[in-house]
Order: sequence, then C-alpha cells, then structure tokens
Amino acid sequence: MNYKKIFKFLGFKFGTLIILLIAVSTISFILVEISPIDPVRTYIGEMSVSQEKLTNLNEYWGVDQPLHVKVVNWLGNLANGNLGTSLIYRTPVTEVIGERFSASFMLMFTSWLLSGILGFFLGVLAGFKRGSWIDKGVKIYSYIIYSTPVFWIALILLMIFSVQLGWFPTGLAVPIGKTAGNVTFVEWLHRLILPAFTLSITGIAQIALFTRSKLVEVSSLDYFFFAKARGEKGWSLIKRHGIRNILLPAVTLQFLSFSELFGGTILVEQVFSYPGIGQAAVTAGLQSDIPLLLGIVLISTIFVFCGNSMADLIYKFVDPRIRESEANEF
Amino acid sequence: MSFDKERFKSPYSFLFGSMNLRTKTLLIISLVGLILFAIVVNSLFINVDNITTNFSIKNSQPSLQHPFGTDWMGRDMFIRTMKGLGLSVIIGAMASILSTMIAIFLALSSTLGKYFDHCVSGVTNLFLSIPHILLIILISISLGGGIIGVVVGVSLTHWIPLTRVLRAEIKQINTSTYVKLSKNFGRTKWWIAKNHLLPLLIPQIVLGTILIFPHAIMHEASVTFLGFGLSPHEPAIGIILSESMKYLSNGAWWLAFFPGLSLLIIVLLFDLIGDNLQRLLDPTQANE
Repeated sequence: MNYKKIFKFLGFKFGTLIILLIAVSTISFILVEISPIDPVRTYIGEMSVSQEKLTNLNEYWGVDQPLHVKVVNWLGNLANGNLGTSLIYRTPVTEVIGERFSASFMLMFTSWLLSGILGFFLGVLAGFKRGSWIDKGVKIYSYIIYSTPVFWIALILLMIFSVQLGWFPTGLAVPIGKTAGNVTFVEWLHRLILPAFTLSITGIAQIALFTRSKLVEVSSLDYFFFAKARGEKGWSLIKRHGIRNILLPAVTLQFLSFSELFGGTILVEQVFSYPGIGQAAVTAGLQSDIPLLLGIVLISTIFVFCGNSMADLIYKFVDPRIRESEANEF
Repeated sequence: MSFDKERFKSPYSFLFGSMNLRTKTLLIISLVGLILFAIVVNSLFINVDNITTNFSIKNSQPSLQHPFGTDWMGRDMFIRTMKGLGLSVIIGAMASILSTMIAIFLALSSTLGKYFDHCVSGVTNLFLSIPHILLIILISISLGGGIIGVVVGVSLTHWIPLTRVLRAEIKQINTSTYVKLSKNFGRTKWWIAKNHLLPLLIPQIVLGTILIFPHAIMHEASVTFLGFGLSPHEPAIGIILSESMKYLSNGAWWLAFFPGLSLLIIVLLFDLIGDNLQRLLDPTQANE
C-alpha cells in the first residue's frame, strides 16, 4: 500500500468537503432566509411582547441586515463551530444533533449492514439460479419495493406487528414514566427492531438487483467459461470466480447509498416516533427551528460525503486490479 | 444451444396471443396510458365539498358500499383516494415536466464549453450531496409550502439522471461527421441544434420525463406525509396517510392500507409505461 498516496487522497477529499460545506450552508441559509418565516416571531412564540422589546430582538437577530452580511455572519459563526441555539430544545444545536445523530446512526448502521448482507446473498442466489422461482421472486420483490413509498411499508409493518400482534410498542422510543437516560439496553433494542427492519427490507432491493446483474455479467466472461470447461461447477464455481469479482462493486454501491438511507430514516423515524435526527429534522422544519434544520442539513451533507469518499477509497485503493495498474504507471 | 421458445415468451402472452413485440408494447403503453388518463379525468369531476361527512357510518370497515371503508367523519375513503390519486398524477406531471426542462437547459449549457461543463457538474455534485427529502423540505419551506413548494422541490431534485443522459447524447452527436459537415457549411449553432440534435433527442426527452414520474409521485407523497407539502385540506395521498396514523392504534387498518396500495399501483403503471417505451426506443435491450 502506498500510504503517501492515501494521505494525498484524504487531504484532497477534506478540501473538497470544506468547499462543499461552504456551498451547501450558503445555499441552505439563503433558502430559509427568503422563506416567509420570521425568526423573531418563532422565538417569541405565543408570548405578547412590547414594541420596544421587539425592536431589540430584531436588532439582536440582525433581521434588518442585508442578505450578504447575514450570510457572511452565518459562515463566520460556522467556522467557529457555533451553529446557534435550537429554538425548540433551547440547547446548542451541536448538542441536539450529537444526541439525535447517535440514535439514528445505530438505526442506519444496523439496517445498512443487514440490507447489504441479505441483499448481496439474495442477488447471488438469484443470479446463480437464473430463471428459477428464486430469481423471479427476488426480481418481483425488488421491483415492487422500488415503487413503494418507504413510509407506507413502515405503516403496514406498524399495523401488523404493533397493533395486531402487539409484539412491539406503537411509537414512543422511551417507555412511559422513564427518562431517556435510564432506558435499559433491551428496551431500547425492542424499539430499534421494527424501524431497522423497515429500512432493511427497502435497502435490499437495490443491492440484490445490482448483485444479480453483475453476477450474470461476470458469468458470461471468458475466464468463467474456462473455469466451467475445467469442470468447476455449482457453488464452488460461484464462490471462486463469481463472488470474488462482484463483492467489491457491491460494497461500493452500498456506500453510495448513504443519501437514500438518510432520506429513508427521516420517513421511518417519523412513522415509528423514533427519536433520531430525522424526526428532529421534521420537527425543526414544521416548527421553524431554523438553526437546528440548517445544522441537520450540514450533518447530512457530511454523512453522505463520507459514504461517497469510502466508495472512492475502495475503488482506488482496495481493488487489486486498479491498485496494480496504478503502481505500474508510476 | 437449442432455441428455447419458452424463454422468448412475454409474460403477457396469454393476453395478446400472437402479436409481435412492437404491437404488444404499443398496446400496453396505450392501455396503461388510458387508465391513468381516466383516473385524472375522474378525479377532476370529484368535488371535495361533495364528499359528505356522515357520522352515522364513521369508521366502518370496507364493504361493498364503501370499498375502502370510511374515516372518522364517515367520509367515503374510495372517493377521497381517487381524488388524491388524480392530484398525485397532476403534481407528478408538473414536477416531471419542470424537471425535464431543467435537464434540457443544463445539458445544452454543459456542451457550450469546458467552463460551462465544469459549472454543470459542480451543480450536479451539489444537488447529490444532500439527501433529496431534506432538500425538498428546505425548498418547500423557502417557498412557503403548498403545491408550488412541492412541485419546485421535487423538480429541482430529479433532473440529474436525464441531464447526464442528454449531455452524453449531445456530445456523441456533436462529434458525428454530419454535424461537422454542417459546421463547415457555415450552419449556425442554433440551426444544428434544431435540425440535428432535437430530432434525435426528443425520444430520450419523452422517455426521461416518464421515468421521472414514479419518483416524483413518491417523493410528493412522502413530503406531504411529513407535513411540508400540500395543505391538510387537500385529499392528497400523503395527507390521507398521515391522518390515518392517529387511527391505526384503534385498528382502522383500511385507512392506511388501500390509499397506499392505490399509490403503489399508480407508480407501477408508470414504471410499466417507462419500461415498455424504453424497449421501443432501444430494441437492442428489448430481450433483457
């Protein structure tokens, strides 16, 4: 491995991330700035306030400043790591995001891993037994899941497993009468299962179809035919000559799906009332908690960027073919 | 290798018998198109005010009289769902057309020169870097919500695949000999675009618009479900489903099941049109 090259690559990625974050935060700030939301009104809420105080607040929030001054101020605050205070939770945005994101991360990671492994396995099976009922089943399943809104699947699962069977609680991530701090691991796991399951069964579709078509592609190549001619067959043929060649593209694809994963999490958390970053985003949006919403946009950008960079890293440094061809170049 | 006749049979063979693939494909497209058209026209004739509230039949299970059941105000869910589907298709159409226009504009400008190409790829990367739902929420908030917010939000997030296809296509056509010949004959860029590019791009544009449709419909429903889309007075599928959340724990499964299933069927119908159209336009892939 060429460590110098990896460091160079990481440095380049970091630079790109900084530029991307500046662009995203500027644009999202302008978007909420031109919206009809009045930050002072949101802050005051239902209280009645004298005119004098209103003017003071307007001055404090800098409402009357021109747009470019506001943007520069906002970017300056960001550079200092100050994302402002959440209007709903009345705590710094970074704290809210830290807490919420770790809850969501568990959810996303579980379903990401589960859907990756299951999807890959199903894809290999479908490609291996092409034309069989397994293949048809996987294909039909994937096409239907592709066309189904995630939140509807979540609703159906909620009805079956929580309402009819009563296996899982309907919503509320924390049992009544307990604070978030002293929930036991089992109770928390109990509430993670259904959302993670929903996200997994939707994530399977893409990876299964991709793996299947890759395996079909690989099995029409010369080396595959040669292996067949040598008398290899069945599972060992697939394992030695199929899986080795399709595992890397599949893993790369799974890393590229971070954006959809985050989007799915927002919907699923809303249905199951799972206290994660997605639910926070929706609440922030509905109740005009602009600092929190902008913070979540930034963290989601970083999250998606990390996924894409991992995919790049795998493509550039893990694939032995690309690694060797680059080594020969220099 | 033996010729396996069974393999080349379409799954619809029991319906269309001995027609050739092209005729069959055209028939499927027009049939499905007709169904979707009927849904939209039907929904236009449904007046929301006429959906009577009748508390004596509230929360009743699906029956012959009310195939999708009734809600907590005794309103017939079948009529509401039908109205919502029409709304979904109309919004999907607006968003897809707007999205296609953005795609055409960006694809054309990316071929103007290296600088423009960099700009377009920068914008593409920027839009790919935020989860779509979050971006639609942001745009919807920025435009003050409502139907405009959703349409603009959805169309601003769905132009990327079509832009890429069109850009590649334009680049390919531009390198062909007949375009170079036209240039040497002194034809203007506009003339070349109109007479050489457009005729070849139109099929791609039509197909691209239809392929955006299912995604646009689903994203509209999702954003409306979250509360950022259409106003709660409209009987959109997203609104119906988010209202149904409150009654799920009472066992009113039909409130969520049928509207969602209908939406799924609409999306599948659009997929069907898209797939078949793709086969017509690209015969080399037709046997895949």
